[in-house]
Amino acid sequence: MSDQLDLAPATDLLTSQEYFVNMGPQHPSTHGVLRLVLTIDGEIIRKVEPHIGYIHRSIEKMCEKDTYRQIVHLTDRMDYLSCHINNEAVCLAVEQALQIEVPERVKVIRTIVDELTRLASHQLWWGVMGMDLGAITSFLYGFRDREMINDIFEETCGARLTMNYNVPGGLMFDIHPNFQKRTKDFVEHFKTKLPEYDQLLSDNPIFRARTEGIGYMSKEDAIAYGVTGPSGRASGFACDVRKRHPYGMYSQVEFKEILMTDGDCFARYKARILEMWESLRIIEQLIDNIPEGEFQAPTKQVIKLPKGEFYQRVETARGDFGVYIISDGNKSPYRLKFRSPGFSNLFVLDLVARGSKLADLVAIMSTFDYVMPDIDR
Amino acid sequence: MNNEALLQLLNTWAEGLETEENAQYLNVRVPAAQLHDFAFRLKNDEATSFDYLFCLSGVDWPEYMEVVYHLESTKHGHCMVLKSRTDGREDPRLDTVCDIWPTADAHEREAFDMFGIRFNNHPDLRRLLLTDDWEGYPMRKDYKDEINMIEL
Amino acid sequence: MYDFTALVQSIGNFLHGQFSPGVATALEWTLVILVYLALYAILGLVLVYVERRVCAFFQLRLGPNRVGWAGTAQTVADALKLLLKEPVTVNKADKLLFNLAPFIITLAALTVISLVPFAKGLQAFDINIGLLFIVAVSSIGVVGILLAGWSSNNKYALIGAMRSGAQIVSYELSVGLSLLTMVLLTGTLQLSTIIETQANGWWIFKGHVPAVIAFFLYITASIAEINRGPFDLPEAESELTAGFHTEYSGLKFAFFFLAEFVNMFTVAAIATTVFLGGWMPFHIGDWAGFNAVMDFVPPILWFLLKVSAVIFLMMWFKWTFPRLRIDQLLKLEWKYLMPLNLMNLVFTAILVYLGWHG
Repeated sequence: MSDQLDLAPATDLLTSQEYFVNMGPQHPSTHGVLRLVLTIDGEIIRKVEPHIGYIHRSIEKMCEKDTYRQIVHLTDRMDYLSCHINNEAVCLAVEQALQIEVPERVKVIRTIVDELTRLASHQLWWGVMGMDLGAITSFLYGFRDREMINDIFEETCGARLTMNYNVPGGLMFDIHPNFQKRTKDFVEHFKTKLPEYDQLLSDNPIFRARTEGIGYMSKEDAIAYGVTGPSGRASGFACDVRKRHPYGMYSQVEFKEILMTDGDCFARYKARILEMWESLRIIEQLIDNIPEGEFQAPTKQVIKLPKGEFYQRVETARGDFGVYIISDGNKSPYRLKFRSPGFSNLFVLDLVARGSKLADLVAIMSTFDYVMPDIDR
Repeated sequence: MNNEALLQLLNTWAEGLETEENAQYLNVRVPAAQLHDFAFRLKNDEATSFDYLFCLSGVDWPEYMEVVYHLESTKHGHCMVLKSRTDGREDPRLDTVCDIWPTADAHEREAFDMFGIRFNNHPDLRRLLLTDDWEGYPMRKDYKDEINMIEL
Repeated sequence: MYDFTALVQSIGNFLHGQFSPGVATALEWTLVILVYLALYAILGLVLVYVERRVCAFFQLRLGPNRVGWAGTAQTVADALKLLLKEPVTVNKADKLLFNLAPFIITLAALTVISLVPFAKGLQAFDINIGLLFIVAVSSIGVVGILLAGWSSNNKYALIGAMRSGAQIVSYELSVGLSLLTMVLLTGTLQLSTIIETQANGWWIFKGHVPAVIAFFLYITASIAEINRGPFDLPEAESELTAGFHTEYSGLKFAFFFLAEFVNMFTVAAIATTVFLGGWMPFHIGDWAGFNAVMDFVPPILWFLLKVSAVIFLMMWFKWTFPRLRIDQLLKLEWKYLMPLNLMNLVFTAILVYLGWHG
């Protein structure tokens, strides 16, 4: 440390100097392997420089050699908290290219499972947010209810984290007979818990003092930096893919797009809590009306997309996830690009965190909800 | 605006635009020299106002490299795809658009990292995902790495 | 109520009878030192276990319940683990200060705990300026923390140490002022006399409003003094990866760790002594039968029960609330707690002058 700090000459006794602090890649609150090089002046942050790539696994290059059915299995390793939604993105892209019409049953189940995934992701985010700010108990409360969702998934899909339930053309297997009942029970249970969580953190004066007015991001900045998801919607950027470019059953269910104007940490926090309520509403509307039918449309075993370009957008828990496939008619894509929401959300951190204190940086990062494998791919 | 009207409008702005038929979005390819001005107009003109760049991808073709920009307008709701080709693959260069869409800053760094496409006037063009001393550009089709890549 | 002075006197007389005065005094000192070192270690052991159990209870899980009977040997296992860890020496750290810091903190903790009155006559150091001495000596801990942060040659540690220094120095004011308010009521600084004055009722009941306000102010300020609970930003795990004691491992870390818990005990003990009656049993006015039953419980057990209640309260705070940011913490002290304390002091002074206190 002493080699980077020059002692000020005696005439400049009251000036302060900036110094560099390295946060990460191993750090309890950077939500993954993220390295931030901070230039700090006392407690005020002057510059934030993210260094990423610690979990870069060249998924896009791998996809150029894999078949489309294999690519689906790679997508849930990216944003592992929205795995179903990621899988669905690739499946929808393939179905769109091959003009396959999936049965109604598949669409309804996909939507229900998507919303359950979104709930699980937001629960984990809520727990971790409390923990980052010091209320360590909230971590366990968030995970307790997430366990219920994981149990439902384990029964139906066979896995708790990387589910791979979607395949191009439909679902891998039909839902378990207990799925409907368990999901309904979970929804009823969670509706009593969510106000409790709200009270525990949202109404806590210390929490409010740590998040209100911190990390302001204007709507223009959100659009300019491509910040989507609840982080962008809390600044007023209406970017919900479920509303603007609907897929699955989203055009046929009623739910609100949560838009707020405050743009600070508390607004981003509140946006996710309200989104959880909307997810519960969507599940309630669909869970009793799952139509009968096939769980898979007939698709060829070896999928070859026609020559051309296809772009599919879905709304993950973090924002606008995109799959861009350039196909030259073979079994594997010529070029596959994943537009990850976290990537755009991360690089607005410098703009938002400048001028705030070191402790605020942790609050800001936890409200943006970064998942590093999503950013690094 | 729908695709036909948009295409008519864009054709009045620049010469030499190519489009692709039967694509999901309106695909427009603009020559590299006009990329920056065209993109500037796309963002700032009232009729188009494409202010949301949601995807910037590099593509490696046998003779040249291409950068694909997916744009959306938050005001009008229409989307389009803007493409631009570089001159060959030896020293691929394009103008940066990060002064128009700030999100492009990081995306162009990634394109440079993976493909080697250099962007003129980019404030800080260095590798993003790989270490600074990495040699080669992995996403190119002719990238060889005996140790790490397994060729079947 | 059993009076320990008789026992202590008899041990003293025995020693003086057997040995020459110098040796006897030295032996007395050694005995006291050994007792307090043992107490320090045992308190650390017990409190760590209690903290883990209480924290688990709040988080809807079980806590340690395998090692030993109901997990009680867990802390012993942890202590052994810490002893066997490699003592990492930091490159370019100031070796003397780096090694000295844990000892200074332990020194402060041990000195203050020697004043705590466990029962009548069972107090190692009963001077007539007890409270003043406590407030003064507990500030020595800050020196240890600052040394630890500085000598670690680590920016995080330095940031944590500076935050902690600012925090402790600020909150000492509130601690001192709230205790001063009680001194106005009790009329004495000596701890054993303070307890004697509570024979007809605990000060928190006798002192009515100002004593209750002083109690809450004291609890809040002393939680900030010991870097605990919502005020633990200097050692916040999720922000600075352990703050001023980042670079310490093994036994030296154990010193910091233990010192925090023993400080918690001391703070609770002072709160009990000044506000909750020390080792005095809970009497209600003239209910002779009730009072006789209460007297049956030995005073030292009363003391421990009250201290445990206060410690439980402190642990409850820690595991419920998020952390305050350093500037919010300091703002709380200088803009809210201090003026409140001063107003309370003036109010109490007026009350005492008018003779309305019990």
